Amino acid sequence: MAIEVRIPTILRTYTDGAKSVEGDGGTLSALIDDLEGNHPGIKERLVEDKSGSVDLRRFVNVYINDEDVRFIGGLDAELSDGDQVVVLPAVAGG
Amino acid sequence: MLTIPQDIYDAVVAHARRDHPDEACGVVAGPEGSDRPERFIPMVNAAGSPTFYEFDSTELLALYKDMDARDEEPVVVYHSHTATEAYPSRTDIGLASEPNAHYVLVSTREHGNSEGPVEFRSYRIIDGVVTEEDVTITPTAATETVQSQKRSTP
Repeated sequence: MAIEVRIPTILRTYTDGAKSVEGDGGTLSALIDDLEGNHPGIKERLVEDKSGSVDLRRFVNVYINDEDVRFIGGLDAELSDGDQVVVLPAVAGG
Repeated sequence: MLTIPQDIYDAVVAHARRDHPDEACGVVAGPEGSDRPERFIPMVNAAGSPTFYEFDSTELLALYKDMDARDEEPVVVYHSHTATEAYPSRTDIGLASEPNAHYVLVSTREHGNSEGPVEFRSYRIIDGVVTEEDVTITPTAATETVQSQKRSTP
């Protein structure tokens, strides 16, 4: 199963500069674990521990086939072969 | 140093004035690697707040896909401060995630929605380190204006 993951500039230090990498997993959570295996350190930039459970970081947006995963189950969002995942840090500030 | 055409500078300032007292935000895109801010893209502040800004997540994706298709990158990421100086806040520094971008801060604290001088300052924000840089305003690129007028003629 191959899932294309688009990597934002700021996280390309983990992918040797690659703009996109391939990953594997039936859910977003499994995909992130798979990415961590090949690109150690990337998981920490995507998820955080929130009162005992792991969740996406507030200012990291992840999209599966153009849908914001927050509306389709978050880390439990399901993935299929050929899906495209895009990671984008929020553009935000005070 | 940030080098920015006069018309884009004016558009950023006008956006900040228009949205005052809420923070205004947006991007100026340019060809990847060129460091030339050419395409002004005002964004909606989804937070609609005088103390915070955030691009809407759906619009953020559309913006990046569009820039990708045009081989562009965000050369400038701008937002306004409406009650404080044009200097990155702690939140701005913590959330800055475009190491190649010029972060432009405009402060409307002096004149709000009205005409009058505004603070317009530019920074690099990399790994939590803020470095202010000079801003050079260049005359509006005449040829491009002519071209875009031609394109819009029916």
